[in-house]
Amino acid sequence: MSVDRSRLPILGPEPHFRFPEIAKQTLPNGLRIWTIEQPGLPVTALIALVPAGAASDPSDRPGLAALTGDMLDEGAGGRSALDLQEALGRIGASLDTEVGADATMLTLAMLSRFTGQGLALLADILTRPALAEHEFTRLRELRVNRLTQLRDVPPSLADRAFSRLLFGVHAYAHLPMGSEPSLRAMTHDEVCAFHRRAYDPRRTTIVAVGDASHDAMFRAIADAFSGWAPGAGENGSSAVPGTVAPVVGSRVAIVARPAAPQSELRIGQVGAERRTPDYHALLVLNALLGGQFVSRINMNLREHKGYTYGARTTFDFRRGRGPFLLQTSVQTQVTAAAVRESFNEFQAIRDTRPATPEEVALARASLTRGFPRSFETSEQVARAVAQLALYDLPDDSFEQFVPRVDATSEDDVTRVANRYLQPSEMITVIVGDPDVVVPAMRAEGFPEPQFVTVE
Amino acid sequence: MDVAFTRQVLDNGLNVIVHEDHRCPIVAVNIWYHVGSKNEQPGRTGFAHLFEHLMFEGSEHYDKGFFEPLQEAGGMVNGSTNADRTNYWAVVPSNALEIALWMESDRMGYLLPALTQAKFENQRDVVLNERRQNYENRPYGLAPMAILATLFPPDHPYHWLTIGVPADLHAASLEEVRHFFATYYHPRNASLALAGDIDAAAALDLACRYFGDMPPGPEVAPVRPAAVRLTSEARLLLEDRVELPRLYVSWHTPGLFQDDDAEMDLLADVLTSGKSSRLYRQLVYERRIATEVAAIQNSREASGFFQVIATAAPGRTLDELRQAIDEELARMAAQGPTSDELERAKVQFEAQFVFGLQNVGGFGGKSDQLNAYNVFLGDPGWFARDLARYSQATTDGLRAAAARYLGPGGRVIASVVPRGRPDLAVADSTAGAESGTHDPAPSNASMRGGSPAPVVWS
Repeated sequence: MSVDRSRLPILGPEPHFRFPEIAKQTLPNGLRIWTIEQPGLPVTALIALVPAGAASDPSDRPGLAALTGDMLDEGAGGRSALDLQEALGRIGASLDTEVGADATMLTLAMLSRFTGQGLALLADILTRPALAEHEFTRLRELRVNRLTQLRDVPPSLADRAFSRLLFGVHAYAHLPMGSEPSLRAMTHDEVCAFHRRAYDPRRTTIVAVGDASHDAMFRAIADAFSGWAPGAGENGSSAVPGTVAPVVGSRVAIVARPAAPQSELRIGQVGAERRTPDYHALLVLNALLGGQFVSRINMNLREHKGYTYGARTTFDFRRGRGPFLLQTSVQTQVTAAAVRESFNEFQAIRDTRPATPEEVALARASLTRGFPRSFETSEQVARAVAQLALYDLPDDSFEQFVPRVDATSEDDVTRVANRYLQPSEMITVIVGDPDVVVPAMRAEGFPEPQFVTVE
Repeated sequence: MDVAFTRQVLDNGLNVIVHEDHRCPIVAVNIWYHVGSKNEQPGRTGFAHLFEHLMFEGSEHYDKGFFEPLQEAGGMVNGSTNADRTNYWAVVPSNALEIALWMESDRMGYLLPALTQAKFENQRDVVLNERRQNYENRPYGLAPMAILATLFPPDHPYHWLTIGVPADLHAASLEEVRHFFATYYHPRNASLALAGDIDAAAALDLACRYFGDMPPGPEVAPVRPAAVRLTSEARLLLEDRVELPRLYVSWHTPGLFQDDDAEMDLLADVLTSGKSSRLYRQLVYERRIATEVAAIQNSREASGFFQVIATAAPGRTLDELRQAIDEELARMAAQGPTSDELERAKVQFEAQFVFGLQNVGGFGGKSDQLNAYNVFLGDPGWFARDLARYSQATTDGLRAAAARYLGPGGRVIASVVPRGRPDLAVADSTAGAESGTHDPAPSNASMRGGSPAPVVWS
């Protein structure tokens, strides 16, 4: 039978997909334990979610949550840092500590035959870290050195300058890694105090995904964590960062990198929180604007102009309103033109060239049909479920995803484009060669670029 | 731990491998073409990768780019080129398998009628930007090309990076694209793996329908470069826009799946994986003369190279790092790892291996791995044997491998230092062998002088 190449094959019936069923229990000490059965392979993924991230840093100590998170596995439960590392190594487990804006997340992935040992180690790390002073001094020095190195990494400079300019004195103004002055001033006592304050069973959720029964997983976790005593204070659920002072007028900032062959760009504004009712409409908007390969901005800047290897936009949904931003890296000579094209696209999607029915249909289809793909591995499932805990989302969020996205119309997309994209209030950060970029930006009629530095 | 599969070789030579996994309603379509930058010629580098980009720009019967229909079906799409092979993959909902096969076969059979000068020039610009982003504008980004150019002689196909040299990319023509396509992109030089929520027999039928009527194409002669050995130590100096100096030490080692390849992987793990590893503990944790250290066995089809990369702490010189690394390697060559160290490395590999089986698609997923075994070993069913290479390694095997390959005699030592601070480099370093890598735009790193480093290949 030969192939009909005059048209694409018709899509078969949608395959059925069952979202993971979450069994939830709470220990007397307040610890929430959520388990998901995922048979098939002998692997287990554990996530411990502590809702304290960079936004919980004291205003004069950016980087404290991240350094505290990093200290957890520098010795715990009576083991030294090296002994603990060897114990994890002996079971082939990989521990990943991720400190974001709103939370600290510890992920431990392992072969299921080691789950008991892994849980015991995770409990030590989370609840009985040594937080030894000599390890603190060593780690702080490593972090300062890392920040020193990052002075030469354009994406890092751009991210840091963008957050600071966008959020000013707000809790989201700094990245989790903090700054050199803050790290140099940080003390061992501050880390210990932060750990006491933030790490509490009443605020923590453990998510387990593995090839065992709910009951077996629950009992193993309960055994490991039932001895964790709640702190003295009240059960302070973590605060949602407050509102941000509005940016007045569009601004352009330059981090000088003389003779750089490319300019690293960030353009954006304050976006939306994860719990916004506009969440699904914003996903559709972002997908067709710059969230996937076939999107207006990537097709324009990469496929039509050849300015860049790639460009993408993101709504970084958080507990509070996170940033909306465009990220790309463009050849130095076309910097101003690329910024102009980006602003044109933001304006166009609002009014002059609103989203077409075809674009909206493509974005919706790509989001809904692609959704099951993100539930393939145990770690993916654990991460998805941890999002429910972090953002206090209802249990049926996964089931609701497809119908809500499907309910998004062109008008909805245009409405949220107008509500969330205001070119006249966007901040542009350029890490690049000022000799080329500044005159070009002036010639394009952009606001006079301000030089900024990143500490 | 094995992965059941069916393989069928079509009349035109195409290898089709099918694997069922019904855990998630998705299917991976993964195709390898056995061509990479090692099939290129000096003066024409970067071509295999540039060509990969053109494969996404549309084909005769669907000339609107490769992404859209698969994105609309809920799929994810990507591809990559390295020295030895080019792979393309899509992961789609299982009801979209036929769309993915239609698209994949159309670009295998009918790419050229849709190819235009405009597409070609656009993607050349994109690739030049990819190079600026990942090499020229990235700290230490020019070290890899200087090291490869010194490890391998100019006529050896691993002498250059897959991303290529800008002058070569500028010199490439549409005519060469046509020739390249005819030479390498046909069923006889390809392996197609389908893995996921499918019925094996039905999937094989579909693959036959979509690919079976294509002409086989010419036989591709394997690239078998003569073995290279360095008979002396070369010391390169690069000045770059960096804050902290970094040392790269590189040795020739066996290639992918060859004897001692797994031992080198395990050695890399024993040396630098985790705080308690030999070199991390020495350099970063205890003596604090380095901020980071990593070892890697780069396993390629024809041969490999092993690297130890360490960044100096402020105020430290690369000679201090080199000395500490040499001492540790000498100990390893004399005594080998402890059995506890080896056991930890083995269980790490086992865990990573099993974690990898969770994905049917993507880079390193099961479909990609089936093709790797098939293309390089002629047998997709190599999973268990691959794992056994690691589980059967011995402490004495690692010791012997360290002694054989990681000696101070034949190797390349590259020092990347902040501009104006050659004093931080390993003593007696000379400017790296420059191979015309500079873009018209001012580049970020420079190699001092211009005289080639004294190096002897044999």
